[in-house]
Amino acid sequence: MTAKAGARVVTITSGKGGVGKTTTTANLGIALARLGKKVVVMDADIGLRNLDIVMGLENRIVYDLVDVIEGRCQLRQAMIKHKQFPELYLIPAAQTRDKTAISPSDMVSITDKLRPEFDFIIIDCPAGIERGFRNAIAAADEVLIVTNPEVSAVRDADRIIGLLEANNKGPGKLILNRMKGDMVKKGEMLSPDDVTDILSIKLIGIVPEDENVIPASNSGVPVALNENSKAGIAFRNIARRLCGEEVPLMPVQDTSGGFLQRLSRLFGGN
Amino acid sequence: MQEQHVNIKGIKDGLLVSLSPTEEWLLITNELGTRIDGQSAFFSGARVTVDVGNRPVPKHELSTLKALLERRGMTLWAVLSDSSTTLDAAQALDLRTSTANLIPGREDTDGSEFNPEEGGTPGVMVRRTLRSGRTVHSTGHVIVYGDVNPGAEIIAAGDVIVWGKLRGNVHAGANGDESAVVCALDMTPNQLRIAGHITVSPPGKRRQPRPETATVRDNQIIVEAWQY
Repeated sequence: MTAKAGARVVTITSGKGGVGKTTTTANLGIALARLGKKVVVMDADIGLRNLDIVMGLENRIVYDLVDVIEGRCQLRQAMIKHKQFPELYLIPAAQTRDKTAISPSDMVSITDKLRPEFDFIIIDCPAGIERGFRNAIAAADEVLIVTNPEVSAVRDADRIIGLLEANNKGPGKLILNRMKGDMVKKGEMLSPDDVTDILSIKLIGIVPEDENVIPASNSGVPVALNENSKAGIAFRNIARRLCGEEVPLMPVQDTSGGFLQRLSRLFGGN
Repeated sequence: MQEQHVNIKGIKDGLLVSLSPTEEWLLITNELGTRIDGQSAFFSGARVTVDVGNRPVPKHELSTLKALLERRGMTLWAVLSDSSTTLDAAQALDLRTSTANLIPGREDTDGSEFNPEEGGTPGVMVRRTLRSGRTVHSTGHVIVYGDVNPGAEIIAAGDVIVWGKLRGNVHAGANGDESAVVCALDMTPNQLRIAGHITVSPPGKRRQPRPETATVRDNQIIVEAWQY
């Protein structure tokens, strides 16, 4: 891959659905904007539009990605400015169309138009390995693969990494989402080592399971804006690592119960 | 058990087909055709050396055999025989009649020359990790320098050697060769087959991984530590 000037195009993908691609896209967009970066987040999940909801911008949509490609509006008109960060924009997907409404070359030409003005273009990839996936990775300079610590998600991530390598986009970096420290300790969940042992790619972040995430997504205020949320901190750390900062990975913590409960387990020989 | 009139095995650069020197010619060529048709995908494109022993095969019979192979996408490359009739016929058809490198022991009957070159057998070398969804098919052996992840699949007529972790599906001796072996540095395949035998890895966490080999013995697949 020859690096193009301007923004870095980062695609967030996973293979399997429901592992947290859209949540990750929204939070990395917010976290990078907090670091003062100029960011566009783009929803490539044509037909199953979600990113706008998670970012709290659903009611501002006038034009979408397909309108831009089919010439019904200017690119600028489809870019929705975030309420809090004036240099964070969303390009929403069309809800009434499907993946065939855009092509990989459309994605390349749109990102090329955006590159000179921004630092990051983050693309939210749809689940699956078909047309939508190919659209979403066509323009990518780098790819982040989101997975959960469970066998089926890791299997799909492995397939995705193989496809990325075949398209000269690989191997990408890994985000391990929804990690539960207590379950790993009990041997009920794959540990980060188990996952990287199979996927053998670089881990760029571990996001702990956090009950703040779902209400945050529902209310359109991603957890990256919540100073106390563990997941929010993890996403902000990933953004810093993307910017080249050395931030050590947070150890996988036992998230269940309070201090006393952990103390009693410590002495209970568990 | 009835003796086979047609024997097919892989040799350097192709296939060696040994035909019984005594059985009815029409019968064994028919049998050869049936055998190839049963595995046509595997044999297609192969270069064939035919060994007819001391049977005299006239030119018209040899050209029928040549046509039979060509119809199936294979080429008759060489003919081995002790009969001068056969050798003359082969030369008339512009076929090679000596393959010194291919079959040690058959040529050089006087033993005066020893060819130090080890012939070996062909295979496919894969220098990367096979991830979920990737497959490798080979009419020879398969060697992977890397891991074979769950969801990846290797099917080989010969042996399978994995210099890494074997966790996917593997089928060695896929043409029925029970002498095929599977070796890996960490042998925890999802499913392992040799010829017509099949096994799965025992459940549960493994101790320290170690190099192991799988072979067929007494009609079952035995996996044991690699002895060195």
